[in-house]
Amino acid sequence: MAERSFKAEVERLKLGAGQTFHGEGILAVTKALLQSGVAYVGGYQGSPISHLMDVFADASDLMAGLGVHFESSASEATAAAMLAASVNYPLRGAVAWKSVVGTNVASDALSNVASGGVTGGALIILGEDYGEGSSIMQERTHAFAMKSQMWLLDPRPSLPLLVDMVEKGFELSEASNTPVMLELRVRACHMTGSFAARDNRRPALTVGEAAASPRRDTDRIVLPPANFLHEVEKIEKRWPAGVAFVRDNGLNEHFGRTDGDIGIIVQGGLFNSLNRALELLELSDAFGNADLPVYVLNVTYPLIPDEVRAFCEGKRAVLVVEEGQPEFIEHELNTLVRRAGQDTRIVGKDVLPRAGEYTAAVIKDGIADFLRAHSPDRAPTRAPDNIPAAPDLPPAAVPQRPAGFCTGCPERPIFSAMKLVQREIGELHVSADIGCHLFSILPPFNIGNTTMGYGLGTAGASAFKPEGKRAVAIMGDGGFWHNGLTSGIGNAVFNRDDNLTIIVDNGYSAATGGQDIPSSSAKLPHRSANNPIEKAVRGIGIAWARTMTRTYDVAGMRDAIHGALTAPEKGPKILVAQSECQLNRQRRIKPQLAKAMKAGERVVRERFGVDPDTCTGDHSCIRLSGCPSLTIRANPDPLRQDPVAHVENSCVGCGVCGEVSHAAVLCPSFYKARIIANPNRRDRIRHRLRAWVIGALQRRADRRLAARAF
Amino acid sequence: MSARQRITIAVLGLGGQGGGVLADWIVQLAAANGFVAQGTSVPGVAQRTGATVYYIELFPAGSAANPVLALMPAPGDVDIVLASELMEAGRAILRGFVSGNSILIASTHRVYAISEKSAMGDGRASSQRILNAASERAGRFIGFDMDAVADAAGSVISSTLLGALAASGALPLPRSAFEEAIRAGGKATDANLRGFAAGFDAALGNVATAGGTDTRPQPISAPAPTTAAGRDLQRRIEAALPAEAHGFAAEGVRRLMDYQDADYAALYLDRLETLSGNGELLTEAARHLALWMSYEDTIRVAGLKLRAGRFARVRREVKASDEQIVQLTEYMHPRLEEICETLPAAIGHRILASERLSRRLRPLFTKGRHVETTSLRWYLLLSLLAGTRRWRRRTLRYRMEQARIDEWLSLVRAASPDEALEIVKCQRLIKGYGDTFERGLANYGRIIARYRTAGIDAGVIRRLRDAALADEDGLALTAALAG
Repeated sequence: MAERSFKAEVERLKLGAGQTFHGEGILAVTKALLQSGVAYVGGYQGSPISHLMDVFADASDLMAGLGVHFESSASEATAAAMLAASVNYPLRGAVAWKSVVGTNVASDALSNVASGGVTGGALIILGEDYGEGSSIMQERTHAFAMKSQMWLLDPRPSLPLLVDMVEKGFELSEASNTPVMLELRVRACHMTGSFAARDNRRPALTVGEAAASPRRDTDRIVLPPANFLHEVEKIEKRWPAGVAFVRDNGLNEHFGRTDGDIGIIVQGGLFNSLNRALELLELSDAFGNADLPVYVLNVTYPLIPDEVRAFCEGKRAVLVVEEGQPEFIEHELNTLVRRAGQDTRIVGKDVLPRAGEYTAAVIKDGIADFLRAHSPDRAPTRAPDNIPAAPDLPPAAVPQRPAGFCTGCPERPIFSAMKLVQREIGELHVSADIGCHLFSILPPFNIGNTTMGYGLGTAGASAFKPEGKRAVAIMGDGGFWHNGLTSGIGNAVFNRDDNLTIIVDNGYSAATGGQDIPSSSAKLPHRSANNPIEKAVRGIGIAWARTMTRTYDVAGMRDAIHGALTAPEKGPKILVAQSECQLNRQRRIKPQLAKAMKAGERVVRERFGVDPDTCTGDHSCIRLSGCPSLTIRANPDPLRQDPVAHVENSCVGCGVCGEVSHAAVLCPSFYKARIIANPNRRDRIRHRLRAWVIGALQRRADRRLAARAF
Repeated sequence: MSARQRITIAVLGLGGQGGGVLADWIVQLAAANGFVAQGTSVPGVAQRTGATVYYIELFPAGSAANPVLALMPAPGDVDIVLASELMEAGRAILRGFVSGNSILIASTHRVYAISEKSAMGDGRASSQRILNAASERAGRFIGFDMDAVADAAGSVISSTLLGALAASGALPLPRSAFEEAIRAGGKATDANLRGFAAGFDAALGNVATAGGTDTRPQPISAPAPTTAAGRDLQRRIEAALPAEAHGFAAEGVRRLMDYQDADYAALYLDRLETLSGNGELLTEAARHLALWMSYEDTIRVAGLKLRAGRFARVRREVKASDEQIVQLTEYMHPRLEEICETLPAAIGHRILASERLSRRLRPLFTKGRHVETTSLRWYLLLSLLAGTRRWRRRTLRYRMEQARIDEWLSLVRAASPDEALEIVKCQRLIKGYGDTFERGLANYGRIIARYRTAGIDAGVIRRLRDAALADEDGLALTAALAG
């Protein structure tokens, strides 16, 4: 079960002609796929395209009714390889993932499919995770489009246009036998809006029908001599066909005035920010009626030479608003202008920053510089009103909030245990992985030296052949099934590593939204899960493997890690650290508990607390935990100055506070409260007896205390 | 060009505070009331406890063309800034979202960041600074503790923020339109409407005021004596100590009578009276001597855990209703050291001094104990332990602590006033239990040893003390001692 249910979204996928779809960008794309007669969909979850995967996963019945095949692929490479179905058959297929990381994983299959070309439309939907909120390296997908010759759509953020571009993307792919990438930035994926729905279309040919009557064409396979033919075909056939389709269908757009001696060329995805920047400079209005010509590249690769020549005609200078680096479009525009014999000056990264997100504020400054150089009469003479001066609040006055483990996260105690192990045997080299567990590199744990990619924790430690001290690799269950089983564990077995890999098995691909994976413990109607990780690693040749079924047992985890690091046996060691993702667990059990409580059933809730009169305000517990529910508050003791630790009511009673204070011999201030709602007879009788005796003793103690009081 | 028609709204909050729900309500509300509304967000890892921004643009519907709405706020172009926590309001100011044209609606409560929480002393950022900046920067600032208001209404902060937004009049829509949006959302409608109403009322009562939560220490209100012995000691305080030290001294006496008895409190005053000097020194000495003399031994911890007042406090804290049963488990881990220190000094000392005995006994005290205080067995056992208070003066720990205290006080007496004050304040380093206590004591010892051998001045002592609180591994202190 994913983090949330997508039932309402699935209903929206069923809308038909005459109805209006309201929702976020990525769901509009999802609906557009069904309207385009897609035959199969695959992909790998990740922000910002997770919702596409989640909604399709919840829409099995709808998909089955339409004859559309959907699968949650094992990796982006798997998803890209699925596009093979469009090589020989007129099947429209779409795959989706987070880019640029997913595209890296997929690139082998992508190169192959792009080389041989496609018959049916092949659409690759990419969530471009760049700029604010991004969790990955800042690179451009554009380079992949160029190197493999796949067309790249970067539509202006507008739901009707997005939907249109999906349909047109398939047509473009078919017209030019080329896979097409549709790039969506993070905010465009989550942007709300509406569009006029159309009826969903059954694919003309289903994957089942295609498989029943196989077709074959060895010229489509990458092997000599076809591979050389492909390159020629790309240049001589597919490129011109692609350019012609984009031009003839007017996929790129023009805004603003048609005349003038300067203009702006912008990536479609940045248009709204550009227009806002122009508005702030009083050069445009709310509808994009700019005071200078704007050419919007909804297709950023390939560029259309005729359109570029026409736009640059009669212009002294053109500003290119192109986010990220290298500035491929700017380079290409310079080439096109030069080839056309024009002397238009192409201005780009000389007035706009070379790196970083292009927000409206950044673009505004760039335009101002551009105008000052090339159209001084329109340049802003002064800083526009109401822009606050640099605030007199220094950045240090507002503390940073690095991402961290959620309340009750089962991964926290693993790193608490590692911290305790390091106290005993010294600092460890830790090769981290991608996933929530990577938060270990941040305070308060500060554990982890490198991360090389999803599922690559163990591989990242493989150069370390220990002499005395073993290195530790972390791997999540998501990364494990994605590729870690072979790239990490298989490799370690084959090369006789002697390191420890801790596999965090929380039952979901948690960081991407709690999707199911092969080792998930849920009973799933459409998938085969419940495949234990320990069984898999033993199958690949691991001799030393242990599964800890309760990571919250900090002392147990500490001893297990210590044991693995000091075991006399040579060879790779695997520790599977198992406990359910708390975010998903709470989503699962909260409604159950509320229902039971309402029905008058006995419900036991546990949570932790700190006694302020014994807490001395050292915060060792926080340095070993970092739980959001474990916080501080002003010390109620008038003599003490440091704030005391405090557990908020959001505590889910995972037990780590108590276990950590035990394992680290911290302090006796923690208590666990078991709150029994709707107690049964036995509870009540026992409670009454206890309350009677303890109450009497407490009254006596209070009297004595009062007698010796101040 | 044409006049500005858009209304722009930024929502800043922490993952899990319901910023997404709030943004959805605003989008629905506007769409149902004649606006084109567009919301965006940046989820992902930001939602795992990080800070996050939701952004909404509204535009009057009915234009021939679709308006081009932005996907992120531009500095100086945000009309309404909603912040569900005070530092997030600060972040909105830092990012330039809050300008003279904007209304800032923020909760003044704090959710502490990890750097603030994990500091070894007091790492909290200044709330006052943010409140000042908010009042100064924003065209209008509505701030109150929405967490408390929501909590009192049995609701969540997102609905309280929506209530405050409705009350502010920043959106040209009636209260009923907001409530309709909550109903249309269809989730926890009653609780959300309660939170909304509470936020609405609180905002009306609080417009342009900033009821902040200041973290600075408040002046102490001295306790009043209730017994004859207490009144005697109170008279001694008033006779012997400067007025500004009275508050802490009375609190110290109260605490030590509670901790041990009137004689022990008298010893406290005896000791204070041996110190001469200015009021500040005596005030701080009254504070730190009381803290040191009420060191946390097993007897003290057991006594505090058993009190009726504590049982009631826990029930309040865990929000147990009257008919619910609360059972308590303590996490205690007395090591051989703590056990021996509670024994009569000679016996405790002999065990700890004998390697053979320690080795044999130690394994018995390595495991933490889950002590169920609400069970009869454990309650009685802890009662017995707490009852050994009357023999506390014979324990090893008592001897050790009194010797340390006397040594500290003799240093204070011999030092110049400035140095004396800093030495007094070094008691702050000694806190906690087990390893934490030993680390603090060792750091204290290193600074005092340096003072004895090198005769460092007050400024250096202060610097070393701050260094000792900078990190757990003592790296800063080592560096400071070396440099």
